Parts: sequence; structure tokens; C-alpha cells
Amino acid sequence: MDTRTVQPVMTTERDLRLDLFRGIALWLIFLDHIPSNIVAWLTIRNYGFSDATEIFIFISGYTAAFVYGRAMRERGFVIAGARVYKRAWQIYIAHVFLFTIYLAQIAYVARGFQNPLYAEEMGILDFLQQPDVTIVEALLLKFKPANMDVLPLYIVLLLLFPPLLWLLLRWPTTALAASAIIYAAAWEFGWNFPAYPSGYWFFNPFAWQLLFVFGAWCALGGAERLGGLLRSRITLSLAVAYLLFGFFVTMTWYFPRLEYLFMPKWLSDQMYPISKTNLDVLRFAHFLALAAVTVYFVPRTWSGLTSPLLRPAILCGQHSLEIFCIGVFLSFAAHFAKVEFAGGTVMQIVVSVVGIALMIAAAWLIAWYKRVEGRKATARPQAARADLAGGET
Amino acid sequence: MKTRDVKTIVFLAALLFAWTGSAHAQAPDSCDLPAYLLFSDSELKRVAQAVQDNKRLDIAVLGTASSALAGPDGGSSAYPARLQAALSRRLPGVMVNVVSLAKSRRTTADMAGELKKLLAEIKPALVLWQTGTFDAIRGVDPAQFRETLEDGVADLQAGGADVVLINMQYSPRTESMIHIAAYADSMRAVARERDVPLFDRLALMRYWNDVGAFDFYAAGKDRGLAVKVHDCLGRALAALIFDAAKLEKPDGQAGQ
Repeated sequence: MDTRTVQPVMTTERDLRLDLFRGIALWLIFLDHIPSNIVAWLTIRNYGFSDATEIFIFISGYTAAFVYGRAMRERGFVIAGARVYKRAWQIYIAHVFLFTIYLAQIAYVARGFQNPLYAEEMGILDFLQQPDVTIVEALLLKFKPANMDVLPLYIVLLLLFPPLLWLLLRWPTTALAASAIIYAAAWEFGWNFPAYPSGYWFFNPFAWQLLFVFGAWCALGGAERLGGLLRSRITLSLAVAYLLFGFFVTMTWYFPRLEYLFMPKWLSDQMYPISKTNLDVLRFAHFLALAAVTVYFVPRTWSGLTSPLLRPAILCGQHSLEIFCIGVFLSFAAHFAKVEFAGGTVMQIVVSVVGIALMIAAAWLIAWYKRVEGRKATARPQAARADLAGGET
Repeated sequence: MKTRDVKTIVFLAALLFAWTGSAHAQAPDSCDLPAYLLFSDSELKRVAQAVQDNKRLDIAVLGTASSALAGPDGGSSAYPARLQAALSRRLPGVMVNVVSLAKSRRTTADMAGELKKLLAEIKPALVLWQTGTFDAIRGVDPAQFRETLEDGVADLQAGGADVVLINMQYSPRTESMIHIAAYADSMRAVARERDVPLFDRLALMRYWNDVGAFDFYAAGKDRGLAVKVHDCLGRALAALIFDAAKLEKPDGQAGQ
């Protein structure tokens, strides 16, 4: 089981920081998915360029490389590749399951909604009139309702992962450079996947793969190589300065007068639009700065990681596929509760708190079940789990 | 000392009133808005010119279904007609003419194809361009949306018209289904880029929702809400145009 002999730079201990921050990212994604939610003002997207999606994709790349990298070294390309594809299939099933819930919700809304003020907005229900086309397009991952864009991105990233991992294990820096070239080419030539009924994927896989591959690269020794850089005070100051810049710029979005007074036109001409679809460089850099500051202040051995206070977030991070799906479902349910009962501030806080509590309870239940089952199935090797990346164990 | 006490009491009472008012108010005439929601630093020079020199103001409304209301009196209740009424009240002696070209199910690209004809036939001093919702429903690429809109606004400006952009409605029942954020951002960016005012319908309606002026969660067929909201929108638009064109109030108060 010990891989240290194979690749000395790779650590075998699970880094709890990954689980912690992925768990927090899942909560933030849930909060951001509830429309008009006052609690969403707490989430990081309001204070800088990047948001929880970046954290989630980076950590998923990291854990995928951690788990499947080991599998590929021990069992070979074919077995590891098959495991990755099995995982992609599970995520596809989860996506279709969520789509079914979405269909039920929207069909319910369609029945009662007749407010003449919103004749135009009701157009979103039109696709119910062509269920054959809509459902097939959804199964092809071309029709993706709002807030259901992350899992399709993840599926594509996993489908491309085996050859990439093979390359990463041999020539990690070449693989990272290839990823950066694909990213640049996507910007240059406008590559993206088509969507239905028109347009493109909300998360462009050609662009977002950069973050995933970067995460994988870090897991396979890149983080150690960057160690000196990450410990330097210069890096820290640059990162903090950039985060402050991001904070200031986002403030001008909420207080337009600030922009009018302080934001030079040449700067806004350069910056905007900040594309989320294509993972704008500003967003990527913002994530890097955030990660650099975090790694500086939260070392791997930080005692807080074992404290019961952070346990809920870590638990959620360790079962990310299930918790992500539950989060999407809960955000539908929260919207439903707001529409049917009351949409006020109190309700927004209640659905947010209850939603996160349910996510934690579900994570606890899954952890308990896996522990109980794991005790029985002693014959199975105890491999490190990457969950969304490799939770089949 | 005494006057200060009185002032404090009045202030606290006002605060209390505002607070309870916001929780319970369902007054029919509650479409007041704070000034910052109608603030714009872009000037409508051609509107000012048309009003001052010609005593005539022609406005064209280019938009989709949310610029119109169904029903026999839909034409006179929708916000373009309400705008005409409000502006006429504010500008006595000026012939205000608002032509609505609202048609459902059109993307920004569809509407951009009609700009030449619009300019030639109506010769408006001002074009109100309402868009975004249908593009969001169709999932048009936001970058492409932005480009089309920006080119369209430039064409209108080159054709001699001022422009005001009108963004989406606040629609709490569908907001988890229609991803409007990217399109709203694009519209804000185009407004800044082309130096035209943005009538932030989304923010105004959200404000009315938050202070309890209207119940936008209502699902039923009742037309009363739609009629009231369009009247408020028409008046708010009149206020924005009036301020952005730096028109002077005639004697007496031509309030909202």
C-alpha cells in the first residue's frame, strides 16, 4: 500500500484541509443556489472574483489524482481508467436523477403560475411541451437547467482524465503545460461545447480543465515543488494585495458610485467582462491568491483540523458527490418553500440553516453507514477515497 | 435642547413608521423609490434638445413580452403608455409620443435586425430597449448577447437617437430556473460602455418586493398587480428620463 517508495514526493496521509475546504465550498454552493438569499451575502463570490466552484473543481482534481494516481501506479492504466469511467457513470446517473427532480418541480410550477405580469418569464416552461426533445437533449448533457452545470463539467473532466493522468505521472510539467495550451486555445478560438436550445456550456470544459489539471498536478508532487514559493513572504504579500484589489473591484459592483468616482476607464475596459464560463484569468488568479493565503496560514498539521467544530465541514467534504447532489436538491426545495410559504428574510435564514444542517446530517449518516459496512467487508483493501473523484471504495 | 429632543422623537417615530410600514404596507400607491435606483451619470442630450427646441418628444420602446400586457386594455395599461402619460404630465406644452414595438419571443439579435427600420419610420429622439429575459431563456451565449447589444446601441446612437436600456423583471417564482445574472451584468456593462442610462427594472422591482409594496410571489390570474406595476414602471421611467435629460420642472410640482 505504501507508495512512498514509488514516488517519494507524494504523501499518503489524507490531507484534511482538502475535505474541510471542499465541505465549506459545498455549503457555499448551496447558499449561492438559493435565489435571493440574504445568507448568500456571506459567500466569497461577493468579495472577490472567484467563488466556491473554483475551490470545488481544484480540490476534485487534487483528490482524483491522489486516488487514481495510486491506482494507476499499482494496477496499471486499464484498471485505473476503468475506475475513473465507473465514477463518471455514477455522476451521470446522479445528474439525471437531479434532472428528474427539476422536471417535477418545474411541471408543478407550470400548473399554478398564471400571473399576467410574468407572461414572458413563463416561457421557461415551454420545453415541457416537447418532452421528447428536452429529455433526450438533457441525457446528451446539452440541455442543462440553471444550477445543474457543475456535474456535466465534472463528467467531461473525468472522461478525459485517464490519458491525462498517465501523462501527469510521467511528465507532470508537460501535462500542465498542455493543459494551459488548451486553455489558451479555447480563449483564442472560442472552443466550447454546444448547448440546447442555443448557446454553449455554462462551464466551458476546455477552460475549466486548467483548474482540475492544476489540482491534479499539485497532488502529484507539484505542491511540494511550489513549497518554497508558498512559504515566501513576497508571495503572501502579492496574494493579499491581489485579494484586496478583487475586494475593491467587487465593491464597485454593489456601489456604482464608487466605480464612477474611483475606477479608471482604461482599467474597466481591460477587466470586463470577467467570464465565469471561460474561467477568466482574473478568477483563476484570485483562486490562486486565495489558496496561497490559505496554505500559508493553515498548515497541514494545524490542530484545528481535528477539532469537533470543523468536523461537520470535513464530513461533508469527504462525501462530496452525495452532499453536492443533496445541496442541489435542497436549493430547489428552499426555493419552493420561499415561493409557497414566505420569501422574507426570516425564511431565507431558516432555509439556509436547515439546509446546511440536513447536509451535515446526511454526511454523518453516509459516514456511519460506510464505517459499519467497511467493518464487515474486511477483505477489501482500505484505499484512500477521493469521493466525488473516487468514492467507489 | 428642546428642538433637538423633538427632532429625535420625530426621527424615531419616522423610523418606526418606516419599519412597520415596510412590514405591512400594501398601499396601492407605493411605488416610491430611493433616488439611487434611478441614478445615472449618462446624459440624454437628444431628448433635451427635442423637448427644448421642438416641443416634441418621440420615444420608441423596443422590447419583448414584458413590455406589454395582454387583454383589451393592455395597450393603455402597459408601461409604454403609462410613461407617455407620466411624461406628458411632467412636460406640459410638449407633445410626447411613445410608440411600443413590443413583441414576444425575440432575442436581442432578432431586435437588432429592426433598428434601421425603426429609426427611419419613427425618427425617435429616444429608444428604450428592453431585453435580456428571452435571451436568458434561450441560453444565448452571454458574450454574444453583449456584443449584439453593444453594436445595436451604437447603431441607434449613430442614427441620432438617445438610448435607455431596460433589464429584466424581478420574478421570484422563476428565478431559480432562469439564469439572468450574466445577462444583467452584460447589460450593465453595455450601458457603461456606450454611456447610456440603464433602467434597472430588476433592482426596482426587487426593492418594491423587499419593502412590501407588491407581492411578486402571486401566482394567480389577477391583472390588478400587473397594471399597478406597469404604472409604477412608467412613472419611474419618466423620472429617470426627466433627470437624465436634465429637464427643468415647470412651475408647480410635477411629482411622480
